[in-house]
Amino acid sequence: MGKTWNNKAWFMVLPAFIVVALSAIIPMMTVVNYSVQDTFGNNEFFWAGTDWFKEVLASERFWGALGRNFAFSVIILLIEIPLGVFIALNMPRKGWTVSLCLVVMAMPLLIPWNVVGTIFLLILRTDIGLVGYAIDSLGIPFRYVGNPRDAWITVVAMDVWHWTSLVALLAYAGLVSIPDAYYQAARIDGASRFSVFRYIQLPKMKRVLLIAFLLRFMDSFMIYTEPFVATGGGPGTSTTFLSVDLVKIAVGQFDLGPAAAMSIIYFLIILLLSWIFYTVMTRNDENA
Amino acid sequence: MDLSWMAWTWPTALFFIVIVCMLLGMAFWEYKSPGGAPRVGVLRIETTRGDRLFISLLGSAYIHIAWLGLTNLSLWWALALSLIYAFCVFRYV
Repeated sequence: MGKTWNNKAWFMVLPAFIVVALSAIIPMMTVVNYSVQDTFGNNEFFWAGTDWFKEVLASERFWGALGRNFAFSVIILLIEIPLGVFIALNMPRKGWTVSLCLVVMAMPLLIPWNVVGTIFLLILRTDIGLVGYAIDSLGIPFRYVGNPRDAWITVVAMDVWHWTSLVALLAYAGLVSIPDAYYQAARIDGASRFSVFRYIQLPKMKRVLLIAFLLRFMDSFMIYTEPFVATGGGPGTSTTFLSVDLVKIAVGQFDLGPAAAMSIIYFLIILLLSWIFYTVMTRNDENA
Repeated sequence: MDLSWMAWTWPTALFFIVIVCMLLGMAFWEYKSPGGAPRVGVLRIETTRGDRLFISLLGSAYIHIAWLGLTNLSLWWALALSLIYAFCVFRYV
C-alpha cells in the first residue's frame, strides 16, 4: 500500500511563516535595499550600487571588529567549555544538594544582559565595589575604562560569569544520563579517574557539549549589550565588536548604507557558521 | 499601503523576484519528484536538492563579496562564476 500524501498540513506552517516574514524577511529585504543606496533622511534615497560593500570590505574598522569578534568567541569558548565541564563533574548526583546546586547554577542565566553589565560596573568600582576595592587594595592597577587589556578582562569575565552555567548544566545533563553499569565496569577494570573521564564521561557528553559549543559560539559572536553597557566599545575601539560598531554606524552616525552593507556581510558570516555547525551536529546525530 | 520606507529599487526587486522564482521552481520540482533526491557527494554529507540550492546561494554570495573586495572587475563575471559554481554543486555535492 502506497503512502498517502496530504499537503494540507502545510497550512499549519502558515502562522509561523507569517511571523517570520514580518520579523525577519521584510526587515532583511529592507536592509538589502538600503545597502545599495544612500540617504540623508526624509525617506529620500539615492542609488549607490556596490560602493558601500567596497567601502566596508576595504575598511580596517570592519576587519578589526570582525577580528575582535572571533578573538572574543575563541577566548570565552576556551574558558567556558572546560570550566563548565569541570563544574558539572563536581556537582552532586544525589540528595537535596542536587536541587540547590541546579537552582544556584541557573540563576546567572535568568539575569538580563544589561543588568550583568551594570552589576560588573558596580562591583568593579574602587569606592563601593567589592572586587574593585579588593584589586585596588592589592595595589594592582585595574582600569577597565582606560586600559584595553583590563576592558577585555572585564568583558570576558562578564560573559564567563553569565554563561558558564549553561555549559555546566548541559554537561551535567549529559553526565547524569550515563548508566551506572559503565562506572561499575570501569571500577572492575580498575580504571583511573582520568580514564573514566576520557573513555566514558567525555564521549557520553560529546553531543551536549557540541550543542553548548554551538550555542556559546553563536551567542558570543553576536555579543552587544555587555560591552555596550560596561565599556561602550572602548577604550578606543578595543572592545568594539561588530554588533557594537554596527549600531554606532546605523544609529549614531545614521549611515544606513554602510551599516546595511556591513549587516549583510555579518549575516553571511553567521549563516555560514550556523550551517557548518548544523551540518556537524546532524552528522554527529546520525553517527551516534 | 505605503512601502516607501523599504526603499525598493528595480535591481533589488529583481534580485528577490529571482530568489522567489527559484524557491517556487524547487517546490514544483519537489512536487513532480518528491523526496528531495538525497545523495552523498564530494562533501561526504548527505544533501537534498534544497541543501544544494542553499549551498549554491550561500557560496554565490561569498563569491560576489570576494569579487567586490578583491577585484575591480565587473560583477557580471562574479555572476558567471557563481552559475558555474552552482552547476558544480548540483552536479557533484
